[in-house]
Amino acid sequence: MILAAALAACAVPCLAQHLNAAGATFPYPIYSKWFSEYAQQHPGVEINYQSIGSGGGITQIMKGTVDFAASDMPLTDGMLAQSPVKLIHIPTVLGAVVPIYNVPGVGADLRFAPDVLADIYLGKISNWDDARIAKDNPGVKLPNQEIYVVHRADGSGTTFIFTDYLSKVSPDWKSTVGANSAVAWPKGIGGKGNENVAGLVRQMPGAIGYVELIYALQNHIPYGYVRNAAGTWLKASIEGVTDAAATVKSMPADFRVSITNAPGKDAYPISSFTYLLIPTHPTDATKEKVIKDFLNWMLNQGEGQVSALDYAPLPGSVADKVRAAVARLP
Amino acid sequence: MILRIQEPRTPKPADDEPIGGLVPVVVSPQASTVRTFLVSRGSSSIADSTFRWLMLLCALSIFAIVALIATELVTHSQITLAKFGWKFFLGSAWDPVNANFGALPFVYGTLVSSILALILAVPLAIGVAVFLTEMCPRALRGFLSFMTELLAAIPSVVYGLWAIFVLVPLLREHVDPLLIRLLGWTGLFAPPDFGIGMFAAGVILAIMILPIISSLTREVMTAVPHSQREAVLALGATRWEMIRMGVLRNARIGIVGSIILGLGRALGETMAVAMVIGSSPTISKSLLAPAATMASVIANEFAEASDDTYRSALIEIALALFLVTIVVNMFARLLVWAVTRGTPARVA
Repeated sequence: MILAAALAACAVPCLAQHLNAAGATFPYPIYSKWFSEYAQQHPGVEINYQSIGSGGGITQIMKGTVDFAASDMPLTDGMLAQSPVKLIHIPTVLGAVVPIYNVPGVGADLRFAPDVLADIYLGKISNWDDARIAKDNPGVKLPNQEIYVVHRADGSGTTFIFTDYLSKVSPDWKSTVGANSAVAWPKGIGGKGNENVAGLVRQMPGAIGYVELIYALQNHIPYGYVRNAAGTWLKASIEGVTDAAATVKSMPADFRVSITNAPGKDAYPISSFTYLLIPTHPTDATKEKVIKDFLNWMLNQGEGQVSALDYAPLPGSVADKVRAAVARLP
Repeated sequence: MILRIQEPRTPKPADDEPIGGLVPVVVSPQASTVRTFLVSRGSSSIADSTFRWLMLLCALSIFAIVALIATELVTHSQITLAKFGWKFFLGSAWDPVNANFGALPFVYGTLVSSILALILAVPLAIGVAVFLTEMCPRALRGFLSFMTELLAAIPSVVYGLWAIFVLVPLLREHVDPLLIRLLGWTGLFAPPDFGIGMFAAGVILAIMILPIISSLTREVMTAVPHSQREAVLALGATRWEMIRMGVLRNARIGIVGSIILGLGRALGETMAVAMVIGSSPTISKSLLAPAATMASVIANEFAEASDDTYRSALIEIALALFLVTIVVNMFARLLVWAVTRGTPARVA
């Protein structure tokens, strides 16, 4: 009886497959949910994901030790040319970064203009009662208090999104610091992980830091408004992040695009895609089939579950383009 | 096979038994287990040589492991070795965006945080050991020793968390302002004070190496023969003089050894340091400023280092840590040699 039931369950395309993937830590909670649900609905398939960081995932996929990888940053042209396996980028969910602060006597609604944020991190604005902060925050009594800058100590996609944004809004930042998962910070102290950055900001009066939106939402950390490219003051939200992806000027065919400072009226400016890196010519035809089937499942069913975990889903227009790209996979 | 050495229970054979004839080897059930085993196992020459080779192989594996680590580190840091050469170890830039790397701030951070830890931990550890061996009431001794060993068993990530939530606020609100007021003139304790930074790292390292140094020192001091103490006391020494001349003097080689072991742990300690040092690759005179160590930068940045030069630079940092450890160990050997020179080795 049991055997018969097992055989019946297996009658649907039963591909006893074991896939290995590795990479980014930021989307790990949603990926592990997807992979386990997909495995439940498709007996015999098992996807093992190791959240070792984007850099580690990229190295492993290039060496061919995993079947696919995940990265918070798109690969550069140079890296794609270097890779022995041909890779395509599949955006999965979106993330955003929010400024958090601890200013004595000031509530949760402080506003940060893009150039002010950049100059605080550059060290050009070093006191909370600076006229440029006051200009955007009429009615708020800002204290005469030194600004303590807190940044991430570990390399991370969060830092990449934040520095990528600052590079776009501040020519100074672009020329002196630039964007990467870790940069040469002009000032400040480093905390390891979102939790330490938040902890340091909470402990130190006068501190400013940046954390992943999901982290701020789940831990109820108050965060400030940021002015977007259209001039709207926005507090980060899942809808605002999805909107940023929908309004990006030109979506390239390979999805390698930065959506920070997107032009939409309601687009939250410090947002980014996170990607799966899929080899276009895997060595194993059955694995290829399973990966393709998983991607379709993710677009059709998986995307519906992301908001429950506070991730921003892909906007419909992008999801359609991704669906077409998946269909083109051999 | 378990060898148990025990006295044969059979009474000695009576003297009036015949002597002179061949005495056959009798394996009686009463014979000792060792003897039974030795008699029954046959020739020993093969076993002995196999054993010797096996042990030699074990010893050689140490060389193999060290050589393997060194070659791996060198081969994987080829890019930066070729690009920066020896200047890598003297450069102070750390800019992943423009692929410009130097190891000096990290070497500095590792050495200074470890030395700071030793300065704080050694007097305390020796004090604990002296109290435990020489003047502690028996009832308290077991409990205190247990507590010291418990400190050694706490994982470093737990130390790191504790440091962030307890130690750092304590330093920022109470200790650091005092240090700035009292020692501010030296320039070693200057604002701004974030709580986390080189000093916090030194304090947490000191707490972590304290149990190693104190429990080893205690062992060494316990090994000093009582006759030494009694002799010094008999000559009219006070208790402190007895400890200084009779115990500490005799145990100093062991104490230096235990300090070196503590230093080894401080140099390589990663997690707790990465959490409280503030991770800023700068060399500043103030100990309250954020800094970074070689181990902390590797732990922080390796996972997300995606381009080859960056990765290679981090591996070369590991190579630098390897070299620094070797140099420090050589220096420590020299120190032990200097301490032991000319004195008869009294205490093992």
